[in-house]
Amino acid sequence: MASDALKELQETLPEGVYRMVAELLPEKLSDSKAKEFAKKVADEYGGMKVEAGESVGLVAAESIGEPGTQMTLDTFHFAGVSEMNVTMGLPRIIEILDGRKKLTTPMMEIYLKKPYSEGQDIKKIALMIRETKLHDIATEFSINVADNRIEAQLDLAKMRELGINEAVLAKALKFSAKGVIVDVKGGTLVLKVKAKEGGVSDVFKLKEKLRESFVRGVRGVTQVLPVKKNNEYVILTFGSNLKKVMQYPFVDEARTTTNDIFEIEETLGIEAARQAVIDEVYKVIETQGLNVDIRHLMLVADVMSADGKVKGITRYGVVRDKSSVLARASFETPIKHIINASLYGEVDNLTSVVENVMLNQPVPVGTGLPKLVSKNK
Amino acid sequence: MSDVYLSGKFVGVVEDGEAFTSSLREERRRGVLSENVNIAFDQSSGEVNIEAAKGRLRRPLIVVRDGRPLLTPDHVDKLGRNELKWSDLVKQGIIEYLDAAEEENALVAFFEEELSPEHTHLELTPLSMFGMVTSLVPYANFNSAQKVNTGSKNQKQAIGFYASNYPIRIDMDVNLLHNPHMPVVKSVMHDISEYEKHPAGQNLVVAVMSYKGYNMEDAIIINRGSIDRGMGRGSYYRPMISEELRYSGGLVDEVCIPAKDVKGFKSEKDYRFLEEDGIIYPEAQVKEGDVVIGKTSPPRFLSSMEQYSLSAETRRESSAAMKHGEEGIVDFVLITESNEGNKLVQVKIRDQRIPEVGDKFSSRHGQKGVVGLIVPEADMPFTASGITPDLIFSPHSIPTRMTMAHLIELIAGKTGALAGRPVDGTVFDSEPEEMIRKELLSLGFRDNGLETVYNGETGEAFKVGIFVGDMYYLRLKHMVANKIHSRARGPIQLLTRQPTEGRAKEGGLRLGEMEKDTFVAHGAAMLLKERFDSDRTIVPVCESCGMIAIYDEFKRRSSCQVCGESVISFIEVSYAFKLILDEFKSLCLYPQLKLRTKY
Repeated sequence: MASDALKELQETLPEGVYRMVAELLPEKLSDSKAKEFAKKVADEYGGMKVEAGESVGLVAAESIGEPGTQMTLDTFHFAGVSEMNVTMGLPRIIEILDGRKKLTTPMMEIYLKKPYSEGQDIKKIALMIRETKLHDIATEFSINVADNRIEAQLDLAKMRELGINEAVLAKALKFSAKGVIVDVKGGTLVLKVKAKEGGVSDVFKLKEKLRESFVRGVRGVTQVLPVKKNNEYVILTFGSNLKKVMQYPFVDEARTTTNDIFEIEETLGIEAARQAVIDEVYKVIETQGLNVDIRHLMLVADVMSADGKVKGITRYGVVRDKSSVLARASFETPIKHIINASLYGEVDNLTSVVENVMLNQPVPVGTGLPKLVSKNK
Repeated sequence: MSDVYLSGKFVGVVEDGEAFTSSLREERRRGVLSENVNIAFDQSSGEVNIEAAKGRLRRPLIVVRDGRPLLTPDHVDKLGRNELKWSDLVKQGIIEYLDAAEEENALVAFFEEELSPEHTHLELTPLSMFGMVTSLVPYANFNSAQKVNTGSKNQKQAIGFYASNYPIRIDMDVNLLHNPHMPVVKSVMHDISEYEKHPAGQNLVVAVMSYKGYNMEDAIIINRGSIDRGMGRGSYYRPMISEELRYSGGLVDEVCIPAKDVKGFKSEKDYRFLEEDGIIYPEAQVKEGDVVIGKTSPPRFLSSMEQYSLSAETRRESSAAMKHGEEGIVDFVLITESNEGNKLVQVKIRDQRIPEVGDKFSSRHGQKGVVGLIVPEADMPFTASGITPDLIFSPHSIPTRMTMAHLIELIAGKTGALAGRPVDGTVFDSEPEEMIRKELLSLGFRDNGLETVYNGETGEAFKVGIFVGDMYYLRLKHMVANKIHSRARGPIQLLTRQPTEGRAKEGGLRLGEMEKDTFVAHGAAMLLKERFDSDRTIVPVCESCGMIAIYDEFKRRSSCQVCGESVISFIEVSYAFKLILDEFKSLCLYPQLKLRTKY
């Protein structure tokens, strides 16, 4: 039976692979042909598997490291589109693999739900997401020394453009500017300092603080750029705040992403963060026109996220968790590791590669892996 | 109103800065002010800066007035007849030196034809934009700028006739070319610098073609016959120096043939060239290990006993001997005194260097290459007129480098050699290529330099014309004889017992961190272990305390210094690991080895 042989195949192959193979099958297949086919596919697939003792980690390191030497150190510029420029190339890869919390260029790609993704109110939405600060809509600030008042001239045209009316502004300032009585009246904003004792310099400091006070939008998103991508409108942002953006009803949560891996980990979980590491590194390698097998990146991402939280490949991240003292010491800051190991009486069982190289013993990889088993009499 | 600064210090204010500046300049040209003073007027700030400090870079230019240069043909004639000197022209204000600041106020014409009433100065010659060595590159204006630069760098590395008193000089590490030529294609700088007194290359017949792939990647092929006739032959000189140093306590070194009881005595054979005074004789053929200057020194540390019995046996050997891989002939011996008044012996060793595979050659256009093959003269390709090239140069070296001057020099050199005259290839002022081509044609050769060339081995004519010409080639100082290095077994470091590093110490080639990774990536565990076996040791380990124990060769018994008699096993580790355990112990850490059976 043709289906028997294929069923067997279906059980041995992963689902995705089987589906790919099944699609290529002709409609009618004789029994013997099916058997032959199943055997060939199984053999082929088996041959592709990593063998026991293969040093996958080192091969992954070399496979990412060697193309890395060819990468340019430039940052990538969106020529002509806007002033956005993104860290790409080697600095970006280092940033991801080091597991840095603060990115040099955090960015989001916001997808929208149906009517909006076709361009409805796209400008309005974009401006809604962008962080607006008081100094964006106020032109002139002056201090009234006698009454401890700060007066600001509002740019009404700009406010109309951004869709902010006086009530919204007053409400927003109540939250972001504490200790101040807010009064908005026809184009002028009057802020009265509650506490009387403050001197002129304090009022001045307060003024500077108020200039930066948050009015509307998503905190951290400093620039927005609506672009048309595959027949739909997508908003690219500079600055990232995934959690806040996802709360807007018009945002398509399923597709909206950020390049900040820690934000993904926080909002979507570790599995998503693992995938983000793979995607982000692959994106860089792709734009550089290099060719690295994605499985190497998957391995790296697995190592980085294995503990349930994203860890960089640094002495504070993945390397710290190594069980072998000698392996840790051979990476960076050897003295620290050796001294701590002696304080805690750590034992190194010489189970991985570096320790055995240090002792000039066969490394437990490849031909060094098989051992002779003997019975003690 | 303009502020006036003298050497950076404010000195006063003038009404009209520009007029003040030009009147000062006139006075300088009349000789009232020193010619070393430069005056600059800064248009933007309206400041006048008068500079008289030393250390400014300045360059000479011809002064131009009303669009006419002050230097007339009459002056040039007088210069030629030696009735006028350069300094006279400077004194008369015909030529003046400008610094960077004053240059900002000047409008300099490159050629006389360009002159307009606005111009203030005229360039002496386009050559003045190049340095001494760069001016020696012929037809350099046809080359890519980068190659002009490398070409001049290569000339600095060329071996030649560096000093005419070379036989009595002691120089460190110098080369001498035996039969240097004056280049056929030269520039005026060759005359100015009296290049014929210190030439550094030879005119060779060069064919531009491939030869069995031995000249790929910039390699060159040379003719055995040419080498035998002395092409590129040179000498390498290296001095051996030894000084009779004085030590505290009135102890001194002594240049002599060391006695047999001296500590560190080499062997009778190593001292065989030394004469009674302990110094080698001239023209002795020395090889590695041979002592050139015999010397003994007092012991380094005086113990209480030795202080009273200063016999020869406590002295140590400190002769100067030929290093590993070195050989040569003693050229001359110099006995003199050092600055401190000590006896100083210097022996110059000479070694003939015949070009061999791996030696570096270069043209003057940055076209450097290494000898890839030396072909017997009989197998060399030859032209219809029976000429075999001295050198075969690969055509693939030309397109990407864009060294057009290399090709022009080949034609110009060919013409010059056939016509028996030097060709002027001065930058921007050279004999035009068309004229040279015409002359070459009139000499009975094809004007494009191509010739019918025959295969030296089969006698068949090549189906294409081969570009053959003459050009000046330089032998560069990088020779394989000074660089070749290999090792199987050899010296090790005292501390780590790993092989020494570097050619001078006959060291090993390091298999580094990344190279190690490739072994691991291939899963070649046993091969990796074998490669790292260079400092393999077998150490006794006490199984109860985990420390390194002691093995007494004499009693054939091992014991632990901590536990005394206990179970002691021998393990094989790298010595560097044993060393790091010792270092841990010195830090008061207790590294314990727990042993387990391997199987």
